[in-house]
Amino acid sequence: MRNPLRTEAEAFSFVLAVALCFLAVGIAAAFGGPAAALASALSLGLGAGIGIYLKSDPREREPAVWSRRAPGELRRILVVANESLPGRSLGDEIQNRAGPGASEVLLVAPALDSSAPRWSAEGDARRAEASGRLEEAVASLVAAGVEAHSAVGDADPLKAIDQALRTFHADEILIATRPHGKSDWLDRDVVASARERFPIPVAHVTVDLDHERARAREPCSS
Amino acid sequence: MAAAHAHEHEQHPPVAHQSSRVDARLLGMYLFIGSEIMLFGSFFTAYFFARVVNGPGEWPPAPYELPVYLALLNTIILVSSSFTMHWALTSVKRANRAGLVGGLLLTFLLGLTFLLIQAREYTRLGFSPHDLAFGSTFYGLTGLHGAHVFVGLNLLLYALIRSIRGHYGPEPHAHLGVEIPGIYWHFVDVMWIVVYVTVYVL
Repeated sequence: MRNPLRTEAEAFSFVLAVALCFLAVGIAAAFGGPAAALASALSLGLGAGIGIYLKSDPREREPAVWSRRAPGELRRILVVANESLPGRSLGDEIQNRAGPGASEVLLVAPALDSSAPRWSAEGDARRAEASGRLEEAVASLVAAGVEAHSAVGDADPLKAIDQALRTFHADEILIATRPHGKSDWLDRDVVASARERFPIPVAHVTVDLDHERARAREPCSS
Repeated sequence: MAAAHAHEHEQHPPVAHQSSRVDARLLGMYLFIGSEIMLFGSFFTAYFFARVVNGPGEWPPAPYELPVYLALLNTIILVSSSFTMHWALTSVKRANRAGLVGGLLLTFLLGLTFLLIQAREYTRLGFSPHDLAFGSTFYGLTGLHGAHVFVGLNLLLYALIRSIRGHYGPEPHAHLGVEIPGIYWHFVDVMWIVVYVTVYVL
């Protein structure tokens, strides 16, 4: 049976319905006494139960994350990156994967530390840095003709992916990390864990920012 | 080496299994609300038991009286706070930060007013939890609800501080920190409506 209180809006509607029902019960009690109040409460409760049951059609169950996309729909790519966001190789990889057809890219930067106090200055700074990197990356992708938007996610990349997949029905996940030895995510086997956990393709791209910067500083030989 | 490897595992406990269908925090709130409904149910059972044992005579037993109209005012205040809570959620979904902060602030103030009025009511009732099963069940039910309002106020304050600091956004996952306290607050409202009608009106 469908949960009638899945969101705050539904819970608010429930408050209104309960207020009206109990108003009716109160009026029945005032004019008809306890027997009328009990009868109205039972009939209203029964009516509400039947209403909720009829509204929840099992055929309308929410499909699983991996079966939501119909063939021919636009391609959705979930990109998980943080420090490697400014990397040119990441931008190129996203554009290659997005291809010439219709596509949508969601960039998620895992930066919200759920164990730290949410109002701490340190948490704010991390979030602000991640937001800045995301904005630049989105602007660069949009300039290249890719429809992209962004969000700051949980500091744990797996949790960030899990949360993003609830609202963004990705066809594939692209995880960007720095090279071995510089990447905490690779030390923690985040890519392998993501492949094990999520039933959609998970690709990995390594972004060597130091190498890219060094190459950018090299003078042109031609 | 083995010790270092073991230490590494101590630092990173295995990732907990999570469903991709319901957010773990939302599921936690549902389970919490479920347990709270059972807790309230036990208090209501005690209340109705005391009432049935009392027989078909006058309720509340003489010479006690309950301030029905003051409690009605409190009911109106609490139900109004559900509207302001919903306004806050609607605002954050439309990226209206002022509406979010205003809605949460109003909800918090209305909840605080409710609690203060209830505390004032307690001082003027003229009976205590020691006075018959009536007094025990009355204070038990309304006090339990008051404790839930207090918890809700803490959640609202937390969400208010975070909203002032700009931590929420219009994306569904970016305002879960308001959505979950909102669901809890509506639950507290519903419970009060039930308590009011049961204890004060019927």
